[in-house]
Amino acid sequence: MAPPSATRAGSNKRAQLGLFAGYLAAGLGAALGILLLAISLWRPETFNGLRSMASDAAAPVGEVGAAGRVGSRNFFEAIAGYYNAGSKNAELEEEIEIARVRLVEARALEQENERLKAVLDLADGDVAPVAVARLIGSTSTSTRRFAYLSAGSNDGVAPGMPVTSPLGLVGRVLEAGSNTSRVLLLTDTDSVVPVRRATDNTVAFAEGRADGSLRIRLINLGINPLEIGDIFVTSGAGGMFHPGTAVAMVSEITDDGAIGQLLSNPAATDVVIVKPVWQGELMDTMGDPLEPDQTEE
Amino acid sequence: MERLATSARRDAYGSKINRAHSPVLAYGVPWLTTMLGSLTPLLPVIAPAPILPPLGYLVLLAWRLARPGVLPMWAGLPLGFFNDLYSGQPMGSSILLFSITMISLELIELRFPWRSFWQDWLIAAIFIPIYLLSSALFSGVEIGFDRLPILIPQVLLSVIAFPIVAKMVSLLDNLRLTRVRRIG
Repeated sequence: MAPPSATRAGSNKRAQLGLFAGYLAAGLGAALGILLLAISLWRPETFNGLRSMASDAAAPVGEVGAAGRVGSRNFFEAIAGYYNAGSKNAELEEEIEIARVRLVEARALEQENERLKAVLDLADGDVAPVAVARLIGSTSTSTRRFAYLSAGSNDGVAPGMPVTSPLGLVGRVLEAGSNTSRVLLLTDTDSVVPVRRATDNTVAFAEGRADGSLRIRLINLGINPLEIGDIFVTSGAGGMFHPGTAVAMVSEITDDGAIGQLLSNPAATDVVIVKPVWQGELMDTMGDPLEPDQTEE
Repeated sequence: MERLATSARRDAYGSKINRAHSPVLAYGVPWLTTMLGSLTPLLPVIAPAPILPPLGYLVLLAWRLARPGVLPMWAGLPLGFFNDLYSGQPMGSSILLFSITMISLELIELRFPWRSFWQDWLIAAIFIPIYLLSSALFSGVEIGFDRLPILIPQVLLSVIAFPIVAKMVSLLDNLRLTRVRRIG
């Protein structure tokens, strides 16, 4: 379509000035963009307040959508399923074989666990959740992997708290607005979780790769003991994440570890649980009854 | 008495009798729809990888290409700011990219004032990959050349989605110019 004549100023002084002002304003906008970008890359937390306010304001939109997510997720997965249906089928059959064995093993472990707990007279180790909420959206257009959660500081959510679903770990709270909060998903490249193999104590770090898979890097380098199908759970090292939450399953072996598929796909979770920050080791050392006088202070 | 033909009392935007274009609609619809596009992250899709087209940017491109002059050249600043609030990108990344887009489209406009839809699509198909690649670079994600293929599905989806967005924008353009009742 033909442009308006304003883009050609001709000898009209006013039009010339207007055109110049337009370029100037747009140029200043770009310069401001560079400045803000530099600030937010240097100090990523600078604009958190603004973001929280914005997502609080738009939360109702997300809430409406979240209810219908299960349906739309199925729709997308149905399409995605056609890509590699054959190989996936074979993979799945193999996985089922493995899973059956694991199930029997798990049952045995569970029995043993119950017996030992009964011996020690321990209560169930489940922690009370801080909040139960929905994931109302995610940064689906950006390479960063954040999700928006429909609970904020009004519900007791605070930065650092781990977010889990019944299938496993989802991520951790990065910032909390009053009614919404931003969650750093496990697949973000900034997310690093200390994990161990569920069957033994092979410790590793699980790093996000921004594409739905995790890179599992072994801490003890040497012969790579991992096999496809191994399950990794959080080790609880360093606090924050509760130990024993499922994280990923190995799908590909690399030189220094493996590539793991996320067990708790955030898209498949309707409701997630926010747990308090785990401070197990800290509590143990604090509760160590060496000097009772100090603990009373 | 002079009478107009009945067909002359109407045009594509409705009856002309006691009805006029509304400035609020005419100038507000492009801004509002671009901002709605920027709310893509609140869609009920929790994506494990970047997959959805950046709708805010697509709508901006479509408006700018279809109706030059409706969005002022400095529109990249406020619209980019709004996009940054929700996109998860570091603040400033969309402000910069939106502003540069507006300037470069102005320059393209000078060189090619008469375009067909195919040329518009070609322009969009050049701008969208640059936008997505720059966004990935600005996002602070440590992403090497070997990991760049994760962007390919999103780029393809966005380029394919552009005609749909452009069609929607042209329908919204009709809404924008609808004649509404004049009071008094």
